[in-house]
Amino acid sequence: MLSFIIKRLAVAVPTILALIVFSFLLMEAAPGSPFATERGVPPEVLANLEAKYGLDRPLIERMGIYIWNVVTQFDFGPSFKFKDRTVNDLIAQGFPVTLTYGFWSFVVAVVVGGTLGILAAVYHNTWLDYLAVGISVGAQVLPNFVMAPILVVVFTLWLGWLPGGGWRGGQWEYVILPVIALSTSYMASIARITRSSMLETLNAQFIRTARAKGLPMRRVIFRHALKPAMLPVISYLGPAFVGMITGSVLIDVFFSTGGIGQFFVNSALSRDYSVIMGITILIGSLTVLFNLVVDVAYAWIDPKIRY
Amino acid sequence: MPLLTVENLNVTFDTPDGEVHAVNGLGFEIDAGETLAIVGESGSGKSQTAFAIMGLLARNGWADGHVNFDGIDLLSLSPRQLNKVRAEQIAMIFQDPMTSLNPYLKVSEQMTEVLKLHRGMSNREATKESIALLDAVKIPDAKSRISMYPHEFSGGMRQRIMIAIALLCRPRLLIADEPTTALDVTVQAQIMALLQDVREEFGTAMILITHDLGIVADSCAETLVMYGGQVMEQGPTQALFEDPTHPYTLGLLKAVPRLDRDQDALEAIPGEPPDMSSPPQGCPFSPRCPRVMEICQETHPALERSANGVLRACHAEPEAVR
Repeated sequence: MLSFIIKRLAVAVPTILALIVFSFLLMEAAPGSPFATERGVPPEVLANLEAKYGLDRPLIERMGIYIWNVVTQFDFGPSFKFKDRTVNDLIAQGFPVTLTYGFWSFVVAVVVGGTLGILAAVYHNTWLDYLAVGISVGAQVLPNFVMAPILVVVFTLWLGWLPGGGWRGGQWEYVILPVIALSTSYMASIARITRSSMLETLNAQFIRTARAKGLPMRRVIFRHALKPAMLPVISYLGPAFVGMITGSVLIDVFFSTGGIGQFFVNSALSRDYSVIMGITILIGSLTVLFNLVVDVAYAWIDPKIRY
Repeated sequence: MPLLTVENLNVTFDTPDGEVHAVNGLGFEIDAGETLAIVGESGSGKSQTAFAIMGLLARNGWADGHVNFDGIDLLSLSPRQLNKVRAEQIAMIFQDPMTSLNPYLKVSEQMTEVLKLHRGMSNREATKESIALLDAVKIPDAKSRISMYPHEFSGGMRQRIMIAIALLCRPRLLIADEPTTALDVTVQAQIMALLQDVREEFGTAMILITHDLGIVADSCAETLVMYGGQVMEQGPTQALFEDPTHPYTLGLLKAVPRLDRDQDALEAIPGEPPDMSSPPQGCPFSPRCPRVMEICQETHPALERSANGVLRACHAEPEAVR
């Protein structure tokens, strides 16, 4: 197992290098420049700016310097747009925010979605099943750009219970609405996957064996059925967790939370090359890491998988 | 008093094509320590009878009638009461040992949980008892192998484990649903011999469900022949097999390969088992019966005792069938 993990981490290095190269090439291929503004910049000024940020050098050289800085000093360079701040600063500022609301969204989505899915499967074709399916379909079809304004109208304008935006260092009342808005569609997917895989598991022959042994239904479900039923859910949870903790531009913009989801989209629009690269590498590394976590979880659940 | 009395048992399934009557008015008895074979083709309702007794029917199925086990009507028990009967009084082993053990749990857990629940044993006692049972079903090196997972055992070994699990609480009735069907022939013989041994050792009554008549002849005193969810014939195995008087039993016997007779080809029963969502009126076997008469298609024959002590349901006289 340990050698498997080390091997996988070793493979992650070329994966992330390839990610850097492709992102670099894609950015280069896209038209526009971080210094292009509507009014235009005099050519001499532009030349000066490009020289300052090293954009006058050939692509290969720039890529080499970038990778060298990232690998040796963990330095993702200065932002092209925010003059006095580095990419490391921006991530250090924005990532804790998305990590906070993303983590809680994950917890809510797993607990609520998992519970709904299990209940729906165990009480298959009863009102409880229909209710759970109804809730998850509703949550799935309601996009978060609709969800977020509804939440603000209800909880901020009508009821006046919660603030409609801001972050204040992650005080709980500022976290609740972003968490609800972000978690609903994930919750719906988890409920759906849990329900269908639990239904399949409950029809397995070994469940009939467990029942023939006179075990109470609680033990049949949680000890005999839960592990196999969780396998498809877990393979969904890895990428979903990364998606949640790297935030959502909509949540960041709508609730003014200041997470990296907002930086990511803004940087792409304004060709802020170093910020794009920094966040891409962050998301890429997290994806590699959590896919590994999923594989390890699989081996932990299924004794037939041995690395 | 018999250990188990089944009277007028019906099993019905609610399906998209309408109600399917898998078992219709079935009745039989079994005494303590006795053996009964239930034979018939696939789809004749054998397994559903067993599931109905154990309360293990699929969600869309239900049973009515009477299943009396030692004075308790099993069909009227609450799930909690039924869980006390399962494993403690009646245990079951299933057709496919490859899928009937939980692949995600160690054998030790799948065994000890039964003893902890029903006997209130500690983990240490339960493990010791489980190892003793694995020894009894001749699993070599049981002490260390008990902490393995099911996939680390062969099919025959897994069926031995299933038998050990079934015997953990020394049940008074063991229902074996095609216990050897999924195994190869040499292993089949070993498993049948083992079942015979443990049955004698533990004094357990057994219902053996099978479509393999060769197994039945060796292991069960009584045989019940089922077709279309109904009893066709029931009686002492020897009388039934040596002097068959029911066209269906006769057909089944002709389809068994035998070494002691000179035969070129086996005789199959023509046609298919009936579609139980629209069973034939009258005798369910009438569409395939070589002795069919007009009355067979109209009324179902009653189960009556014939001269050789066998209960048979057939309009034709025994002499006419022989």
